[in-house]
Amino acid sequence: MDDHWEVAGRRFASRLVVGTGKYKDLPETAAAIEASGAEMVTVAVRRVNLSDPNAPLLQDFVSPTRYTYLPNTAGCFTADDAVRTLRLAREAGGWNLVKLEVLGPPPYLYPDMAATFEAAAALIADGFEVMVYCADDPVAAKRLEEMGCVAIMPLGAPIGSGMGVVNPFLIRAIKAAARVPVLVDAGIGTASEAAFAMELGCDAVLLNSAIAHAGDPVRMARAMKAAVVAGREAYLAGRMPREYKAAASSPMVGMIQP
Amino acid sequence: MTVTVNGQDRPLPPTASVADLLASIGLDGRKIAVERNREIVPRSVWASTALAQGDTLEIVAFIGGG
Repeated sequence: MDDHWEVAGRRFASRLVVGTGKYKDLPETAAAIEASGAEMVTVAVRRVNLSDPNAPLLQDFVSPTRYTYLPNTAGCFTADDAVRTLRLAREAGGWNLVKLEVLGPPPYLYPDMAATFEAAAALIADGFEVMVYCADDPVAAKRLEEMGCVAIMPLGAPIGSGMGVVNPFLIRAIKAAARVPVLVDAGIGTASEAAFAMELGCDAVLLNSAIAHAGDPVRMARAMKAAVVAGREAYLAGRMPREYKAAASSPMVGMIQP
Repeated sequence: MTVTVNGQDRPLPPTASVADLLASIGLDGRKIAVERNREIVPRSVWASTALAQGDTLEIVAFIGGG
């Protein structure tokens, strides 16, 4: 069965996008990403360690030729910082597809939508293809799409919270209105929650902590891979209706006599 | 002259280019990006871009992130 999704002209069979942060070390990062089956990975942009310029780099373990690197703006709290970071990412990597996130303050790191709109406009004008982390707000999501963002990525719950998809109604509403891919980004804690996000009709799921902070990250990566496939299949199959009463599964004819 | 690289002061010969700076640090041709005084310096002009006293540079690479 040919079930794939596309963003900015790139085609992906895996509907699981994974982060590369929070792992114990680079070999564990590589093993978990391999097990996840992901084809796209998010990466951060940070200063090179000048005192150890030959320290191993992420790209030595997670090949940018095998995986589509999606540079992010993690840690950016203003539109200017986000744009500056992604210009550096474009220079380092040589591609335009990026993840924009501009965050509000702790403890929720909720998307700062005013700054996100400002940064998205600047990035799109500068030729970037922007996958945007955003509030689970159907009006804001539609506006980002109309501005030219190539994917809309509402949070399921705050970053790293592992609370799952706390407002499935709004995720479904965003997906129903969107003409670009919708990914639940942030909040997923375990496999059932990833499957649930896919059952809502999302095109893909983006997660990091749920794998990296699992007891056995490689095993959870396998679980997430299966969960996203299961959720997608269930969505395509179409679930049965809910009824507030029982409907027996076994026929009532041919019963033995009491 | 002295330039500031990733927040640290660094002495350099007066005619040094961006390429000279990278060689002095020991960075090979891996996927890095250089920003000088908040402007990107494309890889293609590292050798021809002369640094000046007091320049502020950022040298970045991809690391793990979500």
